[in-house]
Amino acid sequence: MTPKSRLHIPHPSARPGEAPDFSYLALSEAGAVARPDDDTPAGKIENLAHELVRVMDDDGVARGEWVPDLGAEQLLEALRLMLLTREYDDRMHRMQRQGKITFFMKSLGEEAVSIGQGMALDAGDMLFPGYRNQGLFILRNTSLVDLMCQCLSNTRDMCKGRQMPVMYHNVKGNLFSVSGNLATQYPHAVGWAMASAIKGEDHISAAWVGDGSTAEADFHYALTFAAVYQAPVVLNVVNNQWAISTFQGFAGGERRPFAARGLGLGIPGIRVDGNDLLAVYAVTQWAAQRARQGGGPTLIEHVTYRGGAHSTSDDPSRYRPIDEWGAFPLGDPVKRLKQHLVNAGHWSDEQHAKLQQELKETVMAAWKEAIKFGTMTEGPRLDVRVMFDDVYEEVPQRLIRQRQQLVDLKGEQS
Amino acid sequence: MSQMTMIQAINSALDTMMDKDPSVIVLGQDVGYFGGVFRCTDGLQAKYGEHRVIDAPIAEGGIIGSAIGIGVNGLRPVAEIQFADYIYPGLDQIISELARLRYRSGGEYFSPVTVRAPCGGGIRGGQTHSQSPEALFTHLSGIVTVMPSSPYDAKGLLISAIESNDPVVFFEPKRIYNGPFDGDPNKPSLPWSQHPAGEVPEDYYSIPLGKAAVVEEGNELSIITYGTMVHVAQAAVRRAGISADIIDVRTLVPLDVDTLRKSVEKTGRCLIAHEASKFSGYGAELSATVQEECFWHLQAPIVRVAGWETPYPHAFEWDYFPGQERILAGIRNIMESV
Repeated sequence: MTPKSRLHIPHPSARPGEAPDFSYLALSEAGAVARPDDDTPAGKIENLAHELVRVMDDDGVARGEWVPDLGAEQLLEALRLMLLTREYDDRMHRMQRQGKITFFMKSLGEEAVSIGQGMALDAGDMLFPGYRNQGLFILRNTSLVDLMCQCLSNTRDMCKGRQMPVMYHNVKGNLFSVSGNLATQYPHAVGWAMASAIKGEDHISAAWVGDGSTAEADFHYALTFAAVYQAPVVLNVVNNQWAISTFQGFAGGERRPFAARGLGLGIPGIRVDGNDLLAVYAVTQWAAQRARQGGGPTLIEHVTYRGGAHSTSDDPSRYRPIDEWGAFPLGDPVKRLKQHLVNAGHWSDEQHAKLQQELKETVMAAWKEAIKFGTMTEGPRLDVRVMFDDVYEEVPQRLIRQRQQLVDLKGEQS
Repeated sequence: MSQMTMIQAINSALDTMMDKDPSVIVLGQDVGYFGGVFRCTDGLQAKYGEHRVIDAPIAEGGIIGSAIGIGVNGLRPVAEIQFADYIYPGLDQIISELARLRYRSGGEYFSPVTVRAPCGGGIRGGQTHSQSPEALFTHLSGIVTVMPSSPYDAKGLLISAIESNDPVVFFEPKRIYNGPFDGDPNKPSLPWSQHPAGEVPEDYYSIPLGKAAVVEEGNELSIITYGTMVHVAQAAVRRAGISADIIDVRTLVPLDVDTLRKSVEKTGRCLIAHEASKFSGYGAELSATVQEECFWHLQAPIVRVAGWETPYPHAFEWDYFPGQERILAGIRNIMESV
């Protein structure tokens, strides 16, 4: 019989009711991957895209050439920020369930990416987050009250009621406006970095997308422009294994790691344990230094796991084993950093529990403050006339007339 | 007959056509194992297999572009774009390729693609999950554009869309997926089971493309609308206590000019309503057509009721949405003109 072509339809390793199976994940031992100088030509370090940079071993001990120069104080601060992000997510998720906000997206299990990377970048570096990078906002001192008010679309909402929850921005913090569309920020980050180089500044930019969004054309445009102009940018793929119901194989993850997407363009790729804060910090510092000294872009793939649902509109029990996160071989980023600090004698279970309680209270206090500015159903409301602002720099005549029509109509109704 | 929501009716249309015609293929994000984020493709992969109900990467341009190729090679693809707001990365493939393939190849190549996309506001979706971009598509020559307002029409029109050898962009107003909506978010939502158009045959039937429906008959005013706004217009007319034709355009392109003309010639007054922004919206085309066809019958200027000319804001959803009050104001305006 003549062989016939047949489509390959990717299948995740386990579906609901089946045992989780991560045997598809290629892992390296902690400390096993060598750290090249940050000016090594891209063609000589292609192995980094296929191996997995890990610093902390299974006992939380830091090993190998990628161990970053971070003191106990900085690591404790990283732990605090990850925990704060998790507490913030937990509170906001519950507030959505109670109908106080319309929608929410947690970053559960991925906290080390935002916190580790944010710490390794300079305050003047411009960040183009995705919708699961709330840790970057928290790290760059966006107040919890401001983040909550955005989710509440209330009178203190930075977006003036125009965006769904989690679409934050922070101009002073050099954090770009989060888009609801996927991967659109990737070319923006490259353009920002090009401008930085054109202006002769040494700021770099960084951007984040998920594994699923690498399928979008914008991802590929960004890589091409970054490669052609050697733009000073750190491009990140947060591979959390799931894009709503489709596993990373549907974005092409079965063939080559996402870190290898840039190799054909000469962009160095690094595949890193995204739940290992030390490793995330180290590779980001390497890539940032390389970009800052004219070495161009780096593509970093963070191997992690989406610990929660895609969003509050999603139900992952329909398409993946409910206990899959528990079987993820790279564990929980918070527990791993905690273990490292406990082993090193800088931290204890008691201190951890106490900190958690304090952060819970901090988040609760912020929530109580935030709702004073209104919720979707109670308290002060934004002036409806604000709807017509910012479409253009100045409100055009047509919109002034429409604004008046709406005000008159509402006056008649009340 | 059975009671169906619009979601079930769309599912039934896909099921009916996949059963009838082995060349019908469904592709899109989350449409396979999961059955779609709105459940429109629920159960289809289990029934027809992974080679006919295909989960796609997150790449709208890739979904539409590959659907064109699938169609050129003799299959009949139905592509789902998860939200109409996400269709834009596929616009080049729709505008430059899908719309013009037949024309540019002297009629020798075509691709019978149907692109389905949930559209419209009313689900707290903010500016990225609420848009009504139909006018971007009705401006193209070579694309059929459809927007049903009920489960019965959704199934019959989707079957015609799949059977059509011309490409069809099929917008589904997601606010009325589970029940008709009269524009008042404070009222408890009604299920389709309490609406006559929730009665849907389980078997094959089709509704021709290019035919409007007169959903209510009257003689003082013609309201021309489509999608969710059909139900809002019906409620507003009841409140206004006037006798009006309510015309559900259903197929935006090709437009059923005859039905519009007959109605406006009878009533002499015309109000056009849609959810999308007014300026360069589809209502501009409707208004111009009515003026060209019925000028000597018009007793008052044509009135358009539409979304404000801003993006769709999250916090002011119901101030943005052109609800009953705005239609009533339009009706007063048009009925008081002499």
